[in-house]
Amino acid sequence: MILQIIDICYMVAVVLFILGIKLMSHPDSARRGNALALSGMLLAIIASFLTPGLNNIALILVAMALGTGGGLYFAKSVQMTAMPQLVSFFNGMGGAAAALIGLVEYGDLPVDEVGKGAVLMASLVIGSISFSGSLVAMGKLQGVIKDININKILAFLVLGLAVALAIYVILSGEPQPVLVYVIVLISLIYGLAFVYPIGGADMPVVISLLNSLTGVTAATTGLLYNNMVMLMGGILVGSAGLLLTLLMAKAMNRSVANILFTSFGGSSAGG
Amino acid sequence: MEQLIQYLSDNQQEFYVFILAVFVGIEVISKVPTVLHTPLMSGSNALSGVVIVGSILVLGKTSPENYVALSLGFLAVLLATLNVVGGFAVTNRMLEMFKKKPAKK
Repeated sequence: MILQIIDICYMVAVVLFILGIKLMSHPDSARRGNALALSGMLLAIIASFLTPGLNNIALILVAMALGTGGGLYFAKSVQMTAMPQLVSFFNGMGGAAAALIGLVEYGDLPVDEVGKGAVLMASLVIGSISFSGSLVAMGKLQGVIKDININKILAFLVLGLAVALAIYVILSGEPQPVLVYVIVLISLIYGLAFVYPIGGADMPVVISLLNSLTGVTAATTGLLYNNMVMLMGGILVGSAGLLLTLLMAKAMNRSVANILFTSFGGSSAGG
Repeated sequence: MEQLIQYLSDNQQEFYVFILAVFVGIEVISKVPTVLHTPLMSGSNALSGVVIVGSILVLGKTSPENYVALSLGFLAVLLATLNVVGGFAVTNRMLEMFKKKPAKK
């Protein structure tokens, strides 16, 4: 019975998410949209606490209390002009959470589960990229990190290495506890290499893209647990974020490819 | 490869939801005006904090003796909460600028 109640709560939460985002795209209803999305999130969190056999509840509550305090403090104390940095920071935290979940879950996953293994590796790699990339984006907007030109081909090789290792770990059929941490490390490095060369003025577009990536990791985490609210909410953010990225670039009269690859090591893009 | 295909067919429902949600996400924000780009980005960022559900589940099923998993899970809950709470609070602060002002002018 309790499982069904949890499922229904998740279902209602998904509806609130969709309505929330929809209302948020009109100036008159945007505040209501935010409130709806928030109530959906609260419902999803409460439902998760109903899960039978949940251990460490005190620990969970302490972590949530700390997170709530910190989140409210940052959100209230930061200046209006520094908002995009803060969004980027929060976004990085979401990506990191997804990667951490992947790390813990790896220890529990049977090594012969190729499908779930692939989903888990996606969480790890994308979550880590989103984390380190978001922090660089934040630093750039804040003006503490300067543009550094990093050869894009080299950066892609780093990403390729992470993906290749991930595939090896999935297919090796043996537990690879050390390699999993190596994959996280390499993905973190790729996140840095990905954002470092992009100019500070283009950061909002990049943050939107990273936000979309965090959505995708939420969705892959949802696949891992067969949890519909994470899957649906994550993909919603993933696709809406991607479209928003395109719209933001268009508003700046740039193309996303142009923003991401203009500093392509040495070669000049046409136009 | 077989296992991967088996996984896809075992989880068909999830993947159908996945595909449909992509279109829903694109559809619901397709007409967003430029002024709302940043608040919407912030709002959807708060929504991606839905991983908090996963972090609660992962910490909730960890055995109290496994200290590595406990600390990683604790950190996951903490960071996901930051994402959710901070995300919604910042969005709300941004949107306060859109509050209807009493008609003067």
